[in-house]
Amino acid sequence: MSSNYLDIIRPGINTTFQDKGRDHLYHIGIPFSGAMDNRNHLIANKLVNNNLDSAVIEFAYQGPHIKYSGEKINCAITGDVIFSIKKKDTEIEGKCYESYQIENGDEINIISTNKSVYGYLALGGEFDVKFQWNSCSINTKANIGSNNGKKLDVGQRINLKNINSNKDIKKTNYINTKIENIRVIKGTNFDYFSEEGKKIFYEKEFTVSKLSDRMGMRLEGPKIENIVNTNIKSEGLIKGVIQVPADGNPIIMLSDHGTIGGYPKIGVVASVDYDRLVQMAPGSKIKFKEINLSDAETLFKLYEMETQNLLSQI
Amino acid sequence: MIKNISNLGDAALYCDFGNEVNKSINSQVIKYFKTIKEKKFEGINNLTPSYNKLIISYDLKKTNFKEVKSFVENINVEDSIDINSKKLEIPVCCHENFSMDIKRLEEILKLSREKILENFLNKEYFCYMTGFIAGMPFLGDLDENMRAQRLETPRVKVPKGSVALTEQFANIYTFESPGGWNILGNTPLDVFDSSKEDKPNLINPGDTVVFKEITLDQYKNYNE
Repeated sequence: MSSNYLDIIRPGINTTFQDKGRDHLYHIGIPFSGAMDNRNHLIANKLVNNNLDSAVIEFAYQGPHIKYSGEKINCAITGDVIFSIKKKDTEIEGKCYESYQIENGDEINIISTNKSVYGYLALGGEFDVKFQWNSCSINTKANIGSNNGKKLDVGQRINLKNINSNKDIKKTNYINTKIENIRVIKGTNFDYFSEEGKKIFYEKEFTVSKLSDRMGMRLEGPKIENIVNTNIKSEGLIKGVIQVPADGNPIIMLSDHGTIGGYPKIGVVASVDYDRLVQMAPGSKIKFKEINLSDAETLFKLYEMETQNLLSQI
Repeated sequence: MIKNISNLGDAALYCDFGNEVNKSINSQVIKYFKTIKEKKFEGINNLTPSYNKLIISYDLKKTNFKEVKSFVENINVEDSIDINSKKLEIPVCCHENFSMDIKRLEEILKLSREKILENFLNKEYFCYMTGFIAGMPFLGDLDENMRAQRLETPRVKVPKGSVALTEQFANIYTFESPGGWNILGNTPLDVFDSSKEDKPNLINPGDTVVFKEITLDQYKNYNE
């Protein structure tokens, strides 16, 4: 019986398995998790002929350096990522959105993401990992998911199974667009903030703080003044909610967020902009633009059609 | 009853049951939660009941605000639904190794340690909701003279098992986490166990919890 596996030579900063995530668990305190940038997760899988929902390796900033052993397999990387593939007698500079065939002894060295946060490595097969609540997504906070809920570590071996027999090489010309404004829908506590505070929220620039992770994105900038109460009775949260605690600095809930929170909600990021929001690295400037519910729904429909188009062309 | 339904972003419904926090409003929230959960409406992917709100999240690829709102407005929630009513005893050790904020509580509440424990232990608390971190129960109501604000600067790490107080509520940190509640003791019980996929939470909304004091020796030997 052949065996196929990856050895982690260098794990990278925050490298985890992610898939579509897990649902129907907010009421017990477990968030969705799953790939932060959903579109890039899907494209990575399509490039290696996987089911679109399959698990990929997600990395942030610096990625992993891995060595592959086993039969020939395809791999692809999506995002805006600098990486190389080392074969027996040559090392090639990798290109995102192209699949490569790797064989026994080859190495993939993911050096860094470029002016973005998350990148995805898909391999044509399945990771032999544990599933919890139908997902192997790692939530390092609650230690839920595969790998005992911990990020990948140096020296680890990851087994692969069901290697895809379809080894067609694929390619697409996708470019990750950056946007100037993040569109938001008014939050349920919008009226807790002063007129000046509301104006600041929509007109001023905020900077993404270093203290951002899969749970949340913290912003720095002009303070948003609250004139009603800096606490509310704790209630449910969803990803994209922008809470403003007493210090006046907004925090945006991301995929591993706490399920309940007690800070007023000034806005919620429109679903159409979520994939691009999570790719904004610390130091990036962010501006919010208000849209209404019906525009948000239409824009998401268009975004989803665009995603489906992209996938169908691969 | 739901007083108002609005949208929370473009992928969730915000059902408002009122502003007060009490058992009767919370029981309504739980009844709606249970009814909607059983109906398995296509596209709804999460429900978050809290003291007096219910947030219904949905997949915008499958449904939208208008459809989910009309579904919620037209469901019939039987008043006779049985909300959970398990009664649980939770052992808690309030030895100084664990009760990190006892001095602070003594000062704020102007009560002695003995009096604080007497007020807290052996009383029935209702579980309003679980969450923030996996399995964390929000229990109430504490006596009027036991209500303290959260710490001005939250701790970066609150130990697993910590039993803590804020305002009219007590909670249990199901694993190590940041947190700003006043820590009174620690329980050796696993309140959240992710290996039990069908029932990871020991305490669920609607349950009743009584804290029973154990000694440090009993604590140390608890899991043996």
